[in-house]
Amino acid sequence: MAQPMRIRATMAGDVADVKVLMNHPMETGTRKDAKTGQLVPAHFIQEVTATLNGTPVLNAEIGGAVSKNPYLGFKVKGAKAGDKVVVNWVDNTGDKNSAEATIG
Amino acid sequence: MNPLRRNVLKSAAGAGAVAVAVAAGLLKPTQAMAAWNKAAFEAKNVGDAMKGIGAASPADSKDITIKAPDIAENGAVVPVEVTSGIAGTSSIAILAEKNGQPLVGTFDLAGGAQGFISTRIKMGQTSLVRAVVNAGGKTYTAAKEVKVTIGGCGG
Repeated sequence: MAQPMRIRATMAGDVADVKVLMNHPMETGTRKDAKTGQLVPAHFIQEVTATLNGTPVLNAEIGGAVSKNPYLGFKVKGAKAGDKVVVNWVDNTGDKNSAEATIG
Repeated sequence: MNPLRRNVLKSAAGAGAVAVAVAAGLLKPTQAMAAWNKAAFEAKNVGDAMKGIGAASPADSKDITIKAPDIAENGAVVPVEVTSGIAGTSSIAILAEKNGQPLVGTFDLAGGAQGFISTRIKMGQTSLVRAVVNAGGKTYTAAKEVKVTIGGCGG
């Protein structure tokens, strides 16, 4: 995990536009290492959850078909500047990460 | 997307409700923890993947918009944006029909989250990118073809 998760949340009218960039290899488990010829083990984020001021707004299940360093954008109506967005993810090895941002 | 899972998640009592549901035979113990939907994600064809997310026969809808390139420059990173104009959209699923495992992700929306998801997916070959929307207890779908010149699944 070279870089922390980045969240950018801005208002457009009364809708918060939230963009999240997670840092993760998202290996499907079907790719062969070019040098060794061995299958690279599956290693991907499985669950992403987001809350707005503590209220759940997103509960996502994803798999290895999401691109490396997953990008996720979603929108929440009724949010306002100053509200707190928290994003958590868990991967198939049980590894976790969390980040938060304030809506600008 | 699995209706049993959603009902479990909705019941605020959590463990108590789960125990009752298991005892009543409504919920198998393996489903009780709302674990990652392995069966749907590992389904090898789009029909089984759709069944796995509880959308065996969704209605085609023109109120679902899929924004994705007509031709993907890089199959490893295909930007896909799904917008659902269907009132009460509670969940959006994205599938790449010809991927070895078509289900890409399911996105459950709550508390003011709009019918909108933007992400980047891997596509192994030219295929329909399909969105399935759950709204008001019914399922709807739309699809858009994305041509892929260099497949992005690393195979």
